[in-house]
Amino acid sequence: MHISEGILSLPILAGGGAFAIIGTAIGLKHIDTDHIIETSLLSSAFFVASLVHIPLGPGSVHLVLNGLVGILLGWASVPAIATALFLQALLFGFGGLTVLGVNTVVMAGPAVAVYYLFGPMIRKEGRTRMIGAFCAGMVAILLSTCLLALALVGTDRSFLDTARLLLAAQIPLMLLEGVITMFVVSFLARVQPELLNFSSRVHP
Amino acid sequence: MISEPFAVGDSLLHRTDPAVKIISAMALALSIATSSSFQVAGAGLLVAACCCYAAELPLGPLARRLATVNIFILLLWITLPLTGGGGHMVRLGSLELSGKGIALAGLISLKANAVYLLLTALLSTSTIAAIGHGLERLHLPNKLTILLLTTYRYLGRIELEYKRLRRSATLRCFHGSTNLHTYRTYGYLIGMTLIRSYERSRRIHQAMIMRGFTGTFPVLIQQRTGTMDLLFLALCVCISLLFSFLTIR
Repeated sequence: MHISEGILSLPILAGGGAFAIIGTAIGLKHIDTDHIIETSLLSSAFFVASLVHIPLGPGSVHLVLNGLVGILLGWASVPAIATALFLQALLFGFGGLTVLGVNTVVMAGPAVAVYYLFGPMIRKEGRTRMIGAFCAGMVAILLSTCLLALALVGTDRSFLDTARLLLAAQIPLMLLEGVITMFVVSFLARVQPELLNFSSRVHP
Repeated sequence: MISEPFAVGDSLLHRTDPAVKIISAMALALSIATSSSFQVAGAGLLVAACCCYAAELPLGPLARRLATVNIFILLLWITLPLTGGGGHMVRLGSLELSGKGIALAGLISLKANAVYLLLTALLSTSTIAAIGHGLERLHLPNKLTILLLTTYRYLGRIELEYKRLRRSATLRCFHGSTNLHTYRTYGYLIGMTLIRSYERSRRIHQAMIMRGFTGTFPVLIQQRTGTMDLLFLALCVCISLLFSFLTIR
């Protein structure tokens, strides 16, 4: 879910850039030198996971997983996502440099939001954890799509229908992200539960 | 999957200081991306094409990248002419297309391609490692450059790790389709990849501590900003100021 170069207006780009810088600064404060390598490798793992194509109906979609990133990394997800977006722009040409700020806000804002909304549920046991994980995955994509739509409509009113189309097209992805996030969390809870408390250990 | 096909070469742009290229790319990209004039967008595309020519980029990979960039643009071409509104309508058979929508889609296509070509010519001609150190010289927070360089360094490793897991799933007759079993399997594969990367990161961190890591990466090749670099920077900044002036006027 990237927006390309040359679409958004200057105020939107500047606003996104400012929020992204503030978020990245807060996020970097939450990573100490002892955990920077762990954060980096989790961030490369998410980068790889976001390239995986999952079959859905007649085609396939690729995952975003910003909900999962948010649950695991908390505020550190802002610099991690900004880094991943910068690398994607350089390596594949997804997104771009001037829209880096907006894209970071669109993806990392919801990640931090679900960390606060569903983080407590995920640290509980059993069914509550599963529901929390599903909601985290789904709500993160929902919020991201809304932010993206907002950025488009804020630039030009003619984007209203494009934004509506985008929102409708993302509904299957929201459900899929919810289901996948739920399975990843249930797996981590059984195999390596300490990863689910990663962010609270980094900045207690 | 993850490669840098444009970073090898010995053209003028390959030899320019990465820090200079980052500032130039940012200035030019901003001035083109925020413009609302067709002249500036067209001129921007021309400048970008010149940069690509100067960087002697291989055409095959470049064309493939441009195709991915234009997928989202295609969505705009489908929706904007139908929904753009505005007074001036263009008739095409039984369809009524909005002139304003077509103009907007055209402008965006020009700008997006111009900025993309520019970024490829200026930034992809350096390795990510060089870009990371360039960012460090521009006084980006040290933690952010470590995050960038380490994330990039281990992308390939972790991709191999994931592929190995995926292959062993295939050997056990896993076949993906739209059902809960597939999604559970992918969820577990991703979970296992996360655990493996986490375990690996702890070993790497221990190894780095043992070799005296204090939170900074020492740089082996000290890049100096020469006269040619400064001239290039001045040229790019002048062009972007000209573009901004033309847009405001």
